[in-house]
Amino acid sequence: MSDKFKVLYYVNQFFGQIGGEDKAGIEPEFRKEKVGPAIGFESKLKSEGEVIGTLICGDNYFNEHKEESLSFVMDVIKKEAPDIFVAGPAFNAGRYGVACAEICKAVADEMGIPVVTGMYIENPGLDTCRKEAYVIETSDSAGGMRKALPSMAKITCKLAKGLEIGSPEEEGFIARGMRKSLIVEKRGSLRAVEMLLKRLKGEEFETEMPMPVFNIVEPAAAIKDLSKATIALCTSGGIVPAGNPDHIQSASAQKWGKYDVSGRDALNAPDFYTTHGGYDPVYANEIPDRVAPLDILKEFEKEGYIGKVNNYFYTTTGTGTSVANAVKFGTEIGKELKEAGVDGVILTST
Amino acid sequence: MKLEIGRIFIKDIQLGSETSVKSGVLTVDESGLIAKLKEDERIKDVKIDVARPGEKVRIIPVKDVIEPRVKIEGGLNGFPGVTAKPAQCGEGRTQVLYGAAVVTVGDIVGFQEGVIDMWGEGAKWTPFSQTYNLTVDINVIDGIDPHTHEEIVRIAGLRAAEFIGQAGKDVTPDEVLTFEIGSVFEETAKYPNLPKVLYAEMMITQGLLHDTYIYGVNAQTILPAVLHPNEELDSAVISGNCVAACDKITTYQHQNNSVILDLYAEHGKEINFMGCIMAPEHTTLAGKFRVSDYTVKLAKLLGADAVVVSEEGYGNPDSDLLMICKKCEKAGIKTVLITDECAGRDGMSQPLADTAVEAVAVVSTGNVSHVITVEPAEKVIGKAESIAVLAGGWDGALAEDGTFQCELNAVIGSTSEIGFHNVTCRLY
Repeated sequence: MSDKFKVLYYVNQFFGQIGGEDKAGIEPEFRKEKVGPAIGFESKLKSEGEVIGTLICGDNYFNEHKEESLSFVMDVIKKEAPDIFVAGPAFNAGRYGVACAEICKAVADEMGIPVVTGMYIENPGLDTCRKEAYVIETSDSAGGMRKALPSMAKITCKLAKGLEIGSPEEEGFIARGMRKSLIVEKRGSLRAVEMLLKRLKGEEFETEMPMPVFNIVEPAAAIKDLSKATIALCTSGGIVPAGNPDHIQSASAQKWGKYDVSGRDALNAPDFYTTHGGYDPVYANEIPDRVAPLDILKEFEKEGYIGKVNNYFYTTTGTGTSVANAVKFGTEIGKELKEAGVDGVILTST
Repeated sequence: MKLEIGRIFIKDIQLGSETSVKSGVLTVDESGLIAKLKEDERIKDVKIDVARPGEKVRIIPVKDVIEPRVKIEGGLNGFPGVTAKPAQCGEGRTQVLYGAAVVTVGDIVGFQEGVIDMWGEGAKWTPFSQTYNLTVDINVIDGIDPHTHEEIVRIAGLRAAEFIGQAGKDVTPDEVLTFEIGSVFEETAKYPNLPKVLYAEMMITQGLLHDTYIYGVNAQTILPAVLHPNEELDSAVISGNCVAACDKITTYQHQNNSVILDLYAEHGKEINFMGCIMAPEHTTLAGKFRVSDYTVKLAKLLGADAVVVSEEGYGNPDSDLLMICKKCEKAGIKTVLITDECAGRDGMSQPLADTAVEAVAVVSTGNVSHVITVEPAEKVIGKAESIAVLAGGWDGALAEDGTFQCELNAVIGSTSEIGFHNVTCRLY
């Protein structure tokens, strides 16, 4: 057994040396050898790694038969079990870029191994895989091969050996959108004063945090008849059964919980309390309904003002929880609520 | 207003039978300090210990950090309005045991605490790994409600700092810093061509373990107030909050507010630093509107050209920060904001709970969810298991061999939004 790390490589029909546009319809195939750029790539790995085979697929075939192509490719990758997957570089070739991107994303998602490719910044495939793959920035044409392969090989070696990856500028990849925490020479307040002086003098300055762009969600249509509606209770105020059985974090939540409240009239203490670390918990712990008002909802149900309270209530901690996690929780909880036939949700925050 | 800070460089702390500084070694009368703190009959017992830079010591859960000081000229000793009678801060001479810190330790209500590692990977992420720390672990008698408990611990920390600070009374300082800024009219006459700059310091004012006090007044109850920068440098502002550990402004950080110090350094050179606006962070929308309007009103009234705005905490205060920013920029006042980020453990999430196109100049002090792994400590002051429940920790974060993981959230001062530490985020 070789102690070299194993790379599986993907190219299109052109770089796979099968042919040009006239061969763009060929079906995917796998060869246990290095083909096209994989040869030059391997030579840059300094004998630390080896390319164990090359997948080749026609650009048109891939784009017209995505599912079949992906399924073939994934089967090969699962069987060959490489340590790392490399595709392209695709430069500014659109269909090739999309194929590289789709495969890179699928490999990263399903196999959890590092993936590397190369693209021109305007390649339409970029957005599909920039978060999942390290995409080395290339020129817009194959003339940039000589420059792209060493960067792709260098980052591949680092990823395969688990070494720390440098900045996008140092490594030559297109920023993935990751906010990486670093220790720098100057303290924050000094950087702020320096930024201020530049701004006051009309000199160029660079913000350290470009503002996020938010998705706008269309509100659902109004409920016409509340007396027939099922209403669910959901909170980011961290109300959980005593003992916090699912270990929901006190800040920066990584999960949510759901608890059957069909047999309860209220979220009484001490059966429930808050695990939320971001507000004064004293009053919430006295009467948890202050944060998640199951008591009032149940009264409404008895009065017939609403049809029914959903059997489960949903909860997590909002403080310090990333927007990405919040979106994930919301999507998962929303799906459950929809399947349970819930018409409306009382969502409380703190 | 003129303030002299006499820094006595502290190179070690020892426990002993008298409180003194000799050749940079601070000796603390352990039993005298315990007796002093136990004058508060609600305190059952006090444990004193020392943690030095480089020692394999972990302090957890940390409540507050306070710099020991003594007032030797002008004003009153201690923390006026809290441990002393009301008095003007910011004038005269204050002697500082520079390099020493009082660190309060002890459970209050469970979740809001922090960690300080004095060595290794953990030490890199907290400024308080560089100070000689006198830890004060406070236990209260039974039957104390959480709000009173918090107050007892908070005041005990301040009293300890005051007690120890006495050691600097008759010592010749190694360095004397002078902070002097006159009235806005005098300074503007002196520097007619320099841009007028204010510092808006946002403070968490949201209930138990989430409060800030100015001259002993809970800042929940105030409209934004103008302070002379010297007042904060001279112990007028104290912390009553512990969440999250990474970006709370400890009392020590108020006493040594780095934004004030760095703006002061440019006063009369590049800017005319006119003062601080202390802006409370409310939980209600009405409160946020009122405070942002009032802050910008004060900036306009003082004719500010620019404002540096620092946040405390994250989540809903992101909105306060951006409201102040938007309203300033619309009024023609340039802003620079300092905030940290909640970008998730993988750093792939958008970092703020709100957004504004006007926020073009922002300093990032790091991702609060950045996970660090630290090696086992040889000695733990406090309770190592606390990591399971504190903000930034989780159940299982402490391995059997003592290795533990946590988010920066749990590390005191790591992502300080007054830019007290050296962490930032870059796009990768």
